[in-house]
Amino acid sequence: MNALALLLVMELGDRFALMGVVLGVLLTAVAYTVYAERRIAAFIQNRTGPDRVGFDLIPQLKFLKGAIGLGQPLADVIKLLMKEDVVPENANKFVHALAPLISLFAALTTIAVVPYAKGVAIADVNIGILYILAITSLGVYGITLSGWASNSKYSLLGGLRSSAQMISYELSMGLAVVSVVVLTNALNMGEIVESQTSNPLNWNVCRNLLGFIIFTTAAFAETNRAPFDLPEAEQELVGGYHTEYSSMKFALFFLAEYANMIVACTVIVTLFLGGYQVPFWTDAPWFVQVGAFITKTLFMMFVFIWVRWTLPRFKYNQLMDLGWKFMLPLGLFNLLIVASTIVIFGNSLPLSILNLVLVALCVAGSFAAKPQSKMA
Amino acid sequence: MPEINLSTAFFIGLGSLTIVASLGTILSRSPVTSALFLVLNFFALGGIYLLLEAQFIAVVQVIVYAGAIMVLFLFVIMLLNLEDEQRLTERYDVKKGFAILFAGLLLVEVLYVVGLKTPAIAPRLGTVAAEIGTAKYIGQQLLTEFLFPFEIISVLLLGAIVGAVVLAKKNFGPERATAKTTL
Repeated sequence: MNALALLLVMELGDRFALMGVVLGVLLTAVAYTVYAERRIAAFIQNRTGPDRVGFDLIPQLKFLKGAIGLGQPLADVIKLLMKEDVVPENANKFVHALAPLISLFAALTTIAVVPYAKGVAIADVNIGILYILAITSLGVYGITLSGWASNSKYSLLGGLRSSAQMISYELSMGLAVVSVVVLTNALNMGEIVESQTSNPLNWNVCRNLLGFIIFTTAAFAETNRAPFDLPEAEQELVGGYHTEYSSMKFALFFLAEYANMIVACTVIVTLFLGGYQVPFWTDAPWFVQVGAFITKTLFMMFVFIWVRWTLPRFKYNQLMDLGWKFMLPLGLFNLLIVASTIVIFGNSLPLSILNLVLVALCVAGSFAAKPQSKMA
Repeated sequence: MPEINLSTAFFIGLGSLTIVASLGTILSRSPVTSALFLVLNFFALGGIYLLLEAQFIAVVQVIVYAGAIMVLFLFVIMLLNLEDEQRLTERYDVKKGFAILFAGLLLVEVLYVVGLKTPAIAPRLGTVAAEIGTAKYIGQQLLTEFLFPFEIISVLLLGAIVGAVVLAKKNFGPERATAKTTL
């Protein structure tokens, strides 16, 4: 218990060290997420995926050669760096270079408030969850500005789509977050995790299933992942907002996209899957907690990849209908359910079961009432 | 002479950033650049709120203004693709003259009030200010002491939303259905 109390008061130097570690892990994870995505996509589509590139140059790692292609991310990065950096003739050069930086900034700074173990976070601020909403709402500038600055029709359309999409889904995301805040009675990320305890029935995914679904769907949209990848719809917009980007700037967008995905997963895990809580082990040592956190995050990342390669992309009108006419009312309804059950029954364990049943009934009812709905 | 500590240094940095960004907003030719400067301005203002221990207001400033309203502005600017902003700035007429006159008057008023009529600021009690800035305190105050103004604002916003929907739904009446629907 004493060690945990010590961890709660981290010094500034420790926080900087932690930041270095987290950024290092995050950036490496991005490279291997791309690899994982390609492998899983290949698996889902009955292909093999990248399986050739090994670490031939390093004798100690020679045994990896031809095994599972683990050297692929490295080769991809080198290829991107070696390419020529083309900036369109009539582009706004400054904004063109600024846009990928904004995207990456938004992606990498969000993770600062996420707790990795009890009391271990880069910035343990009181308004953690609001900070996440604020920073993710800035991420849209990177995409919108890249679309505008490129001075290209396809890029502009991609940028416009992205800003409209992000504004639409931010509302549902915010409502899901509010329902979590009502449940846990805290804005601080650490307290949100603490209130979920080590009993999985107390995790917000059980107490607030609808909120979890809404938040995850909105996170798909906010990270521009399929089925919400309209800003970069290849078949219509060439490459969307990054059509006119090449070399390192394109790599930065790529990096930001996958970093965004990982960070979104960590936020989902923190808010809904109990964060670093180990099931049925209240005072687990910190490395077990970090392990639990990483395991849950990896699971959510798998879900993200799985969904991308399962669902086809929405049309623009479907996207707007889903956001405004379905998810927003559903979010309000969910908030109503959560708030009223807390007022009536208090924040206890039976509540989670009751809430689950209630939500399941409501969802079933809403789908039964509209059998001709083409929403999903 | 006031001592230069970390928060003073931050205040000077953020304050000058605010001023530069405001000037950039009104002086730049391209509407997109203006909007970007305004975003920078909101950011710097958020930083100043943070220095004043108003965490909640700082974050809400970024979420609402930088994150939502300016994205909408940028969206509209890009959608309309205002290219002839140069022509717009060259016109001078009576309306503009009056605008300058009243702006000048307002400036004089503000300077008069700020410079001569504002009492000296009472020394700030750090702990109290920090407590006031939290989301919990603001929420409690809004739903107890300031409940009535809060509800009035909610109704006002609801009215604005209804008005926006009515405006957006141009062809709501049968006789309006044939009226011109393009902007």
